[in-house]
Amino acid sequence: MKQLTLRTGKPGVHNHFKEEPMSKIKGAKAIVQCLVEEGVDTIFGFPGGVILDLYDELMDSPIKNLLVRHEQGAVHAADGYARASGKVGVALLTSGPGATNGVTGIATAYMDSIPMVVLTGQVPRALIGNDAFQEVDIVGITRPCTKHNYLVSNPDDLVPVLREAFYLASSGRPGPVLVDMPKDVMASLVAYPEKTEIKMQTYQPTVEPHPGQVAKACKAMLKAKRPVLYVGGGVILSNSSKELTELAEKTQIPVTMTLMGLGAFPGTNPLSMGMLGMHGSYAANMMVAKSDLLIAVGARFDDRITGRLDTFAQEAEIIHIDIDPTSISKNVKVDIPLVADCKNALLAINAWLDSSAEFDKAAFAEKHKVWIEQVQEWNAKHPLSYQDEGEIIKPQYVIETINRLTGGDAIITTEVGQNQMWTAQFYKFNQPRQLLTSGGLGTMGYGLPAAIGAKIAFPDKTVIDIAGDGSIQMNIQELATAKQYGAAVKVAILNNGYLGMVRQWQELFYDKRYSGTPMEVTPDFVELAKAYGAVGLRARTKSEVEAVIKEALAINDKVVIMDFVIKREECVFPMIPAGRSTTEMLLA
Amino acid sequence: MKHTLSVLLRNKPGALSRVTGLFSGRGFNIESLCVAETLDPQVSCLTLVTRGNEQIIEQIMKQLHKLIDVIKVSDISEGEYVEREMVLIRMKAEAGTRAEVLRVIDIFRGKVVDVSPTSYTVEITGSESKVRAVIDILRPIGIKEIIRTGTVAMARAPKK
Repeated sequence: MKQLTLRTGKPGVHNHFKEEPMSKIKGAKAIVQCLVEEGVDTIFGFPGGVILDLYDELMDSPIKNLLVRHEQGAVHAADGYARASGKVGVALLTSGPGATNGVTGIATAYMDSIPMVVLTGQVPRALIGNDAFQEVDIVGITRPCTKHNYLVSNPDDLVPVLREAFYLASSGRPGPVLVDMPKDVMASLVAYPEKTEIKMQTYQPTVEPHPGQVAKACKAMLKAKRPVLYVGGGVILSNSSKELTELAEKTQIPVTMTLMGLGAFPGTNPLSMGMLGMHGSYAANMMVAKSDLLIAVGARFDDRITGRLDTFAQEAEIIHIDIDPTSISKNVKVDIPLVADCKNALLAINAWLDSSAEFDKAAFAEKHKVWIEQVQEWNAKHPLSYQDEGEIIKPQYVIETINRLTGGDAIITTEVGQNQMWTAQFYKFNQPRQLLTSGGLGTMGYGLPAAIGAKIAFPDKTVIDIAGDGSIQMNIQELATAKQYGAAVKVAILNNGYLGMVRQWQELFYDKRYSGTPMEVTPDFVELAKAYGAVGLRARTKSEVEAVIKEALAINDKVVIMDFVIKREECVFPMIPAGRSTTEMLLA
Repeated sequence: MKHTLSVLLRNKPGALSRVTGLFSGRGFNIESLCVAETLDPQVSCLTLVTRGNEQIIEQIMKQLHKLIDVIKVSDISEGEYVEREMVLIRMKAEAGTRAEVLRVIDIFRGKVVDVSPTSYTVEITGSESKVRAVIDILRPIGIKEIIRTGTVAMARAPKK
């Protein structure tokens, strides 16, 4: 009798197999077979010495293997692919600098809970720890920014580890998982056991809501006079927009979304007050501040949402639906926690209300009438707006025009800073997975590679990266990747010659001392587009904006860069200065 | 408030550093940490002493539980438990103090485990507060060096 220990089994419990030697295949081949089995059709990567065996195997596989121009681009592209499609994104990097270049992308995905598997090559086992050429302890480096990571030191662990990696990445609160594979492991013969359902003793996310908590939450809703739904990225990750919309509409509870939650509830629905937080709408922040019941769904009370913690939603009882128990009462004390997958929780709440004799749609509408009117009054008093300044291009106008001309239907990625906030404010996202943006980490350089990833996932959709002149330069090399694979994305650069958001803080809080923010030299983006085989368009006046966007939207076979020369010192408003109460908004 | 946590985790390379990295990365403190294999060689038990208010301890426990390599987390200081720490103390042992050192360690039920012409090395086991008391009393006599193991702790077995 031969004994094997199943990694995924209960520690100490051994499974007994009959003496049948398992057929073994080459490690690199097993990886590809495993990827195909997991439904992977696209990989973004950059090769190097230690992963050549795997690259060689990929050549004969059905998997599309896309060569990026920088490893950060590979991870962001896999991330964009994952956010747009809901599937697990896969990036493939070599050891050493290849792996470290990917770290920013991994941390970006980790902060936003994006399902991703990052495969890295490692030096052969015999060289690990020897400061070998292109050796780095990437498992050590990424430990705090992955959901979990592995160094495969036993060839027969390779396949089970990969399966576990995909399972971890996509279940529970999703996140990036890194698998570091030494060159000799990929070159040696490995076991390829049959795929069985993965059960891990140490990892069992709670996906079903506790019925008692569901009832408590619903009873709180029956009582509340000024309820608010505060919706985050968890609703998008769990594909529960439909259930959320049903709840909001039948209870007539106004909705506000975090940056990550935009699109989870239709932005054009009258119940939507748009985004809350630092650059959220006046109405959204006011209604949270004055609410008596705050229903947080898949959101995590980030500092950009709450402002000063001791004054946040002081009058509200708080219901918090989240799959991650560590999110509950981390920043804000929660009254009714509901640990579950958002979809299951919302289904349960909807079902409870439907079957309750105390719930009546018309009565609810009546109960919330005064509150909704108050919210609408706030919205009418200070709607999202900007000053028109004749022929000077206002960035908000550019976004509004993109919104209008795309019918609110494009996949939009952003970089980070003012471009991101104006997009969040002025593009009305009606569908989930339509806005791809680095919310938690705030990674400049995310938008272009993420747009490429999204375009690869949805070649027929219009994909636009809304960028600043600063952040677009952080991963501009990926224009070549887009060209090589015919990913005809569009880039709209809001060009103000500054690192605009930082400049805004300097204007407001540092006495207009613009230290390190003027971009005195930027490339001519129209000429740059040409150099990359793309189309370059420019608008210098307001009247040129619409024509440029129309022209760009008409081009479907080439990457297009639109350079909008916008007002140099425009600020994003409203703004809650960092650390202040959410009601202390600067409005202009 | 001081809390003693008992953590079962998979006995794998890197598992311990996930735990310690969590504490440093999130700004929690570790007062002492003690870790070794359990009866099952695939599982380690880690006893960790930390401080914090109720909310911090709750976060620590949930964050620990979230680690994939962690099997079980319990705050054993919530109930009745026994705790022991061992300390090795190298005492100056000169003509005038030798007898006194021996008297003190006898009171604390310690024992001498190494002797040199100028020193005694003594071993004392007890709760963290007993260890502190011994050190306080021995310090004026002349401690050359001390090594502490940190606390290990176990919940009391149910009486029925």
